[in-house]
Amino acid sequence: MSTLSRRAFLTRSAMAGGGLVIGLTLPGPVRRLFAQEAPAAAKPVVPNAFIRIAPDDTVTILLKHSEMGQGIYTSLPMVIAEELECDWKNVRSEHAPADLAYAHTVFGIQMTGGSTSTWESFDQLRTAGAAAREMLISAAATRWGVPAGECRAENGVVIHGDHRARFGELAEAAAELPVPEAPKLKDPKDWKIIGQRVRRLDSPAKITGKAEFGMDVRRPGMLVALVARSPVFGGKAKSFRAGKAKAVPGVVDVVQIPSGVAVLGEHFWAARLGRDALEIDWEPGSFASHSTTAQREDFHNRVRTDGLVAAAQGDVKAAFGKAVQEVEAEYEVPYLSHAMMEPLNCTAEIRPGVCEIWTGTQFQTGDQAAAAQIAGLKPEQVHVHTTFLGGGFGRRANPRSDFVSEAVHLAKATGRPVKVVWTREDDLRGGYYRPMWVSRLRAGLDAGGKPIAWSHTVVGQSIIAGTPFAAMIKNGVDETSVEGAADSPYLEAIADHRVDLHSPDLPIPVLWWRSVGHSHTAFVVESFVDELAHAAKKDPVAFRRELLPEGSRHRRVLDSAAEAFGWGKPLPAGHGAGIAVHESFGSVVAQAAEVSVDQGRIRVHRVVCAIDCGPVVNPDGVEAQMQSGIVYGLSAALYGEITFRDGQVEQSNFHDYPVLRMVEMPKVEVHIARSTEKMGGAGEPGTPPIAPAVANALFAATGKRLRQLPLRLA
Amino acid sequence: MKLQVNGEEHDVSVPADMPLLWVLRDVLGLTGTKFGCGMAQCGACTVHLDGRALRSCVLPVSRAVGHRITTIEGLDPEGGHPVQKAWAELDVVQCGYCQSGQIMAAAALLQEVPQPTDADIDAALSGNICRCGTYQRIRAAVHQAARLAGTGGRS
Repeated sequence: MSTLSRRAFLTRSAMAGGGLVIGLTLPGPVRRLFAQEAPAAAKPVVPNAFIRIAPDDTVTILLKHSEMGQGIYTSLPMVIAEELECDWKNVRSEHAPADLAYAHTVFGIQMTGGSTSTWESFDQLRTAGAAAREMLISAAATRWGVPAGECRAENGVVIHGDHRARFGELAEAAAELPVPEAPKLKDPKDWKIIGQRVRRLDSPAKITGKAEFGMDVRRPGMLVALVARSPVFGGKAKSFRAGKAKAVPGVVDVVQIPSGVAVLGEHFWAARLGRDALEIDWEPGSFASHSTTAQREDFHNRVRTDGLVAAAQGDVKAAFGKAVQEVEAEYEVPYLSHAMMEPLNCTAEIRPGVCEIWTGTQFQTGDQAAAAQIAGLKPEQVHVHTTFLGGGFGRRANPRSDFVSEAVHLAKATGRPVKVVWTREDDLRGGYYRPMWVSRLRAGLDAGGKPIAWSHTVVGQSIIAGTPFAAMIKNGVDETSVEGAADSPYLEAIADHRVDLHSPDLPIPVLWWRSVGHSHTAFVVESFVDELAHAAKKDPVAFRRELLPEGSRHRRVLDSAAEAFGWGKPLPAGHGAGIAVHESFGSVVAQAAEVSVDQGRIRVHRVVCAIDCGPVVNPDGVEAQMQSGIVYGLSAALYGEITFRDGQVEQSNFHDYPVLRMVEMPKVEVHIARSTEKMGGAGEPGTPPIAPAVANALFAATGKRLRQLPLRLA
Repeated sequence: MKLQVNGEEHDVSVPADMPLLWVLRDVLGLTGTKFGCGMAQCGACTVHLDGRALRSCVLPVSRAVGHRITTIEGLDPEGGHPVQKAWAELDVVQCGYCQSGQIMAAAALLQEVPQPTDADIDAALSGNICRCGTYQRIRAAVHQAARLAGTGGRS
């Protein structure tokens, strides 16, 4: 990771109420995706800090990332506490405000995504913890007139001989000291917290209903708004009649904003009834005739033509000429909604010179900039209060800040605090989907069944085109479209290969969805490799092992899952086993699934998951993320599908956009490798392998190869 | 309209057909009960009415008059209910948004079936969706809560 070598320096600032505040900013060439709009780094007026130590010894960790279930509320404080040597009982977490002091060390903006939170901040937070420890020790040494080198910190107390001083007593004096530039970090072998199973710090609030999500925010005088948005993407409200809506008791106002027509009420229910009563004439626009059926046909036509090259090596045509057997298949996955449990929402309040927003966001810097632009303020005049996120999965990291913009527009128009709430129907129909993807694969096998030629064409919308991230598109190729396919480890064993891409432009809004491009490439590549194994009449695990270098991380993880699963052992009649291994976000995950078909329904009985994500901060958190990623991927594999007819989304709520429920939950077993590989992510890598593992198991159980998600037998 | 919520009486003046969920959240400020779907599909809004679990997002408030309403805030504010204790011990929560509903559904189940089987848990909790996929830990925690309650984890 590039941040390891980057020289960090520390800054300090005092906070009201006394105590020690340690901050740390990174200088130099960080990639600033929002450079022109973002506030300058580290303004002294904001609490540029990760650690706050109160006189009562409470250690508050300011989180640069958003807690959306993935567990950083616990894992990031663990990293700091390891070096700080505080008493873990006294550690609290708090979301940091929006400020570039909390920028992602690689992306240069404050954000949570890409399964990066722990590794990108690991050294930064260790350094912050160690610096604070050294400052506390210095303060104690000065107080006692002894050399700092003879003092040590332990469990929230600095000790020298018979002297003892609590961190809380020392914090104020410590805050006056210069911040050490290169504090000494602990040897990993001395770690006492990192690597332990530590209980979540957010449990107490979340089991008592006290945790505050964006949906729960209440401000004095606040109105609740529901927005009627065009039922067709790209459509506009030509005109509207607000009379009936305004007649609903509790409705206060009806206001048109760029995304639609908003009904504002004293509470949700008034706004909801008011919106139902609103009469709007929509100008649906050119997308009104769009259907998924036609789009599928178009994509399958395109996939049979060459696209822009994403990866190419050797002479693919000649290699196919030498093959004794050729396998060809087309795969398809649909649009998907993130369907977080907490529908989108945002509360905004504008007062002279300041705009405050409360929301569960993964994208503080972008949202701050968007709010500033609408409110006519500078970004630093926008205060972002990050609440808990009722799930994110990428939907709350929108470069277009859709749900935040609506709230700010309405706060500006009404002069009152406004909470915009999306209903479940709004959330499922309002866009930002995982794109629909079609793939065509061809492979040539030699006489020994070894693949010697490989061709893979991908068709689907670019997620980053038209966003500030578009600069990452190289030679027309958005690498998030082909990640996991263009860099598949199997290609290293196939000298002649080509992966290419078509990125059609469509008005359907698309976004990263847990594991982004890997959510389709893992299904496609790992299913097709399984097809090749069967074509070569080889065992799927043995076939993969032959293609993966000996001693490679992939092979070790594959072996670990296969062994723990009992690969090759007899299964009950009618059951089948399937396996998949896939690398994403710096971690390699293999999953083996046992399935059967019960009266036409696919049943997943058991999933064994192995992961190598490098050094682990909280193994319980990694295990939880594997369980979570599997369920999320399984919901998509078995049910997830957003379709269009007459330009409109056909699904509306959980009855027609079903997700996995308790009764369908397989038994999941997770094995975490003890690893010295580079630290990777955990939030997303559990999702990609499950769809192909289940599809491959279904083939084993039924002989049917399903090449389309969601998996349907009939 | 008089409502009895978590042992306290509240006088609310709202339309009779307003769902109980929005009275709890937007009028009484009891935001621990969550809005997830608005059509009794996800269970995030689960509360107890006279000890039985039901979906407050589709229950007209007028139908709750004269009944004991218990929300997550009233289960045990300190988190001492066996279900809450088990949830904490097994680190069930992730994003946490569905967990008020999951906990209320589990508490109602244990009220009726003190030692539930996996099938009982499936039947009682399959109406509660969790997008973070905490089902396996929920199942284990319900069994754990049954043990805690059985050994005097709480009255």
